[in-house]
Amino acid sequence: MEADLSVLIIAILQAAVRSGTPILFVCIGEIYAERAGVLNVGLEGLMLIGAISGFTVSFTTGSAPLGVAAAAIAGGLFALIHAFTTITLRADQIVSGLTLTILGTGISGFFGKAMIGQVGPGFDRLELPVLAQIPVLGEIFFRQDAMVYLSFLLVPLTWWVMFRTHLGLAIRSVGESPATADSLGVSVTRVRYGCVVFGGAMAGVGGAYLSLAYTTMWVEQMSGGRGWITLALVIFAGWNPAKAFLGAYLFGGAEALQLRLQAVGLGIPTYFLMMLPYVLTIAILVMASRASLRRRLGAPAALGVPYAREER
Amino acid sequence: MFRFWKVSASAGAALLLVFVGALLVACGGAEEEGAEERAAEEAAPVRAAFVYVSPVGDAGWTLAHDRGRQAIDALPFVETAYTESVPEGAEAERTINQYVRNGYNLIFTTSFGYMDPTINVAATAPDVTFMHCSGFKVADNVGTYFGRMYQPRYLSGIVAGMMTESNIIGYVAAHPIPEVIRGINAFALGARSVNPEAEVRVIWTQTWFDPAKEREAAESLLDVGADVIAQHQDTPGPQQAAEERGKFSIGYNEDMSSFAPAAHLTAPIWDWSVIYERVANEVNDGTWSSYQYWGGLEDGVVGLAPFNDAVPQEVRDAVEAKRAMIASGEWDVFTGPINDQDGNEIVAEGVTMSDGDMLGMRFFVEGVVGTIPESE
Repeated sequence: MEADLSVLIIAILQAAVRSGTPILFVCIGEIYAERAGVLNVGLEGLMLIGAISGFTVSFTTGSAPLGVAAAAIAGGLFALIHAFTTITLRADQIVSGLTLTILGTGISGFFGKAMIGQVGPGFDRLELPVLAQIPVLGEIFFRQDAMVYLSFLLVPLTWWVMFRTHLGLAIRSVGESPATADSLGVSVTRVRYGCVVFGGAMAGVGGAYLSLAYTTMWVEQMSGGRGWITLALVIFAGWNPAKAFLGAYLFGGAEALQLRLQAVGLGIPTYFLMMLPYVLTIAILVMASRASLRRRLGAPAALGVPYAREER
Repeated sequence: MFRFWKVSASAGAALLLVFVGALLVACGGAEEEGAEERAAEEAAPVRAAFVYVSPVGDAGWTLAHDRGRQAIDALPFVETAYTESVPEGAEAERTINQYVRNGYNLIFTTSFGYMDPTINVAATAPDVTFMHCSGFKVADNVGTYFGRMYQPRYLSGIVAGMMTESNIIGYVAAHPIPEVIRGINAFALGARSVNPEAEVRVIWTQTWFDPAKEREAAESLLDVGADVIAQHQDTPGPQQAAEERGKFSIGYNEDMSSFAPAAHLTAPIWDWSVIYERVANEVNDGTWSSYQYWGGLEDGVVGLAPFNDAVPQEVRDAVEAKRAMIASGEWDVFTGPINDQDGNEIVAEGVTMSDGDMLGMRFFVEGVVGTIPESE
């Protein structure tokens, strides 16, 4: 039984990484957008766009990596709508984001009709040489698929860009005080456009993880609320990619844990654990709704505020 | 002046986006409008409308209903229309009412939650025939229909019981309602009728429709030693988990073998065209009057998907023997002795459970490992 327990715990942690990966991609992308001051609540729609375009391309070309690239491009293009309405037209970011969700659901469902019931190529589990042999850690982190490894690279890269480069400084200044950034010669519009489009691309990749790695099929609305969970995760992570890394696995782990506890057949009431990710989401959102706390959590000061040079 | 421009531009942009979004969401219903126009010109004697709870693209429950719709659409005297993803509640009432006003004389509502909306609208439209799937309320112009899915589930349990080597069979369960519980029990009874050592481990996902989560649930069961996976959700997520691990699986709703060609042994499936053709004919002849239909294997409204080549002849024979007994009415699944999980006798030897008790089932039979979450 002892041995069984450790096997089970490793299986849970493996599953936590697997179910945390799609939200990690989306979260990293949203950190860019929000750090630059643009809130995008359309993540759910962007994930669906990514999932269907990734699946369609990998199904027709037979190449899953091409599918991921297509998902990133589609997600980025789709986010361009949000960038245009909120940055150029200065429309309300929440309204525009919600519209993106509705639009993404509709478009993905419409173009997905032909893909229903098909099985496409996907990412198989790929053990990394040497690393996978590390006891425990190797089993948890390095017996996953290629997209998981991609997300591993993305986290330190994002941290480095955000906190150690001029580009990161520009992004953060645009999110904190666009007027100041503007006066220093940083183009607020260009930075915000770039971040929103990149955020959309990452949300697309997160969606593609669902249709190319987690499962290798398309069903309508397969994102299953993960876009919304990510919004809370960004706040939980304090707009910091390193914390997002842990947070994503925490959310993923809550789900993996409750399913495994049932599988073992211990007879623990399941509703409590099942609520965990959502309770976490609500608690974080309640905390974040208080302005003073938001500041302390590290929210960009100009988050959600359109920038108009004339009103400086 | 500038402020005015800004406000109207934002409002205009937002409105435009909402419209485009709504338009695209409505695209699913495009076929419906086309059908309406056609029907207005020709006016077939039976104009049947279907209200679906999920997209036809769900690859499961609604797809099965839509196959039935397509079957009657091919009849010369029938025109059909449908609306997808209709939320249960007020929106359903509006949708049903719209079909009544557009002149549809036969309306199928295909989810349990449409029961009260169907009854409400039916009271205002006495000349229209309503058929509600899986409910229990009827009226002079409202009938109900459902299938005895527990019968093919029992048969698929026989397959699982004979194919398992670890004697642990995993069952990825949806929501804790009597229909799902009945399916698990029938499956377990089937498995243990051929393999008394077998146990059925249940995981609740509380979803109908989340392929990633349902797949993860199947992975959890495989991790604790299950070598056959059955499911009740509408997506093939669990099938893919079994396929990747080189284990076996039992599908649901539709033949899911395309998702797991090696793993998929068979699946208990629906064939709604049986009841849809019957009702369409009755309405056409003017012979329909309200009834509650709960058909089984004998009608073909439920059945088994073709077997995988991996299923040996002795298993097929065992299934066929029981199928014949059920279809002839000689024997049914919930015939005693049946004990619950704690070993208490629920159904005595030789007694068959009543339909009412089956429809309200809230216990697990012996051999099922898991608990039923308290319903809210």
